[in-house]
Amino acid sequence: MWKKAYEWLDERLGLNAMYTNLLDRPEPRGNWWNTLGSASLFLFIIQGLTGIFLTVYYTPSPDHAYDSVQYIMNGVAFGWLIRGIHHWGASLMVIVVFIHLLRVFFTASFKYPRELTWLIGIGLLITTLGMGFTGYLLPWHQMAFWATTVGTQIAGTVPFVGEFILKALRGGPELSALTLQRFFAAHIWMLPAVLAGLIGVHLFLIIKHGESHYPSQDE
Amino acid sequence: MSGSFGRRDFIKAATAIVGGVIGVALGVPAIAYLIDPALRASAKEGWVPILKVEDAPVGKLVPFSFTRVQVNGWERTSTNFGGYVLRKSEDPNDMLILNSRCTHLGCTVNWKEDAQAFLCPCHDAKFGRDGEVLDGPPPKPLERFSEFRVSADGLIEIFFKAG
Ligand code: HEM
Ligand code: FES
Repeated sequence: MWKKAYEWLDERLGLNAMYTNLLDRPEPRGNWWNTLGSASLFLFIIQGLTGIFLTVYYTPSPDHAYDSVQYIMNGVAFGWLIRGIHHWGASLMVIVVFIHLLRVFFTASFKYPRELTWLIGIGLLITTLGMGFTGYLLPWHQMAFWATTVGTQIAGTVPFVGEFILKALRGGPELSALTLQRFFAAHIWMLPAVLAGLIGVHLFLIIKHGESHYPSQDE
Repeated sequence: MSGSFGRRDFIKAATAIVGGVIGVALGVPAIAYLIDPALRASAKEGWVPILKVEDAPVGKLVPFSFTRVQVNGWERTSTNFGGYVLRKSEDPNDMLILNSRCTHLGCTVNWKEDAQAFLCPCHDAKFGRDGEVLDGPPPKPLERFSEFRVSADGLIEIFFKAG
């Protein structure tokens, strides 16, 4: 029965082909450094899941942001665990993505035909950093407040358009409820959407080109 | 290699086991985290003063309301409750205290003198003077605060239970 159902689905969805192409594709001899992209993907998924759970209690308003985070830590069952994973996962993700970049650089895997994979990777790194920057403000404690003050001030030093960038980031000349709200929107909607899209293209290109391998002696 | 448990089988099994362990280790706390507020005790029960006896003439429906404050998460939420007192005789313990919460789906009913009934604004329910259902969808009469007392200084108090 199950076999028949599976065959019916496979005929229409191409499940077997998907399995072969996604999970059973040939890989060159590699080592643990080649797993860091998958590790980045795993962390992205974990951050997404724990992040969704955090929004169940978190409130992006200056009046309640801090208290709602305290409530998650002390009031909700396993709130400390969900927030802990999201908190440490954020730093870990930046590190893992960056080491993944270094691996690609040192194995010269960014060369033809993988230049686009590399460029999209740069986009992924920048977006990941953006996630860290926007997420850091959300607890709305002293450290978050001043870190964002400084971060947006630095963005404001760009010649000519600096002031505009600063105001656009803060939603006004000073940090306010608008800053918190737009950082929240960026952190949970915009940047994750960008990340998901870029990851999709990144993975498509990896499957299309196959993974790079070290040249053999006679190449 | 058929029949034997090869390297690929080992990797598949290891992936499934590790994935399963992570899934359970995260999934169970995640569910507890989500349903946590549903498992908490709600507002504390206790005696609530609602009205002075002298303000409730015998035979007249007198409205009252009170507010209960509860800490929900990071915020204090106040909820309004209300009802009507109907003294049946001079005996201060001979009275009926109705909850104005409609027994259909929870809107607040109001006493209408000309209709001689409690009317519900939501689905046209009608309750009589003693809270009995006259018309409309409610399944049962208006709830009564049956635990009440009159304090030494002449205040009617009801025993409020959560829910
Ligand atoms: C969110 C972050 C990222 C995710 C989820 C991700 C995911 C992946 C995955 C699953 C692979 C397969 C091979 C491997 O794991 O080593 C890969 C390969 C690759 N990644 Fe990333 N990546 C990310 C960031 C980056 C960054 C920052 C760069 C560099 C700027 C980059 C450039 C590349 C390139 C060029 C390849 C092809 C390597 C080869 O064919 O040998 N990626 N990526
Ligand atoms: S809630 Fe009162 S009639 Fe439906």
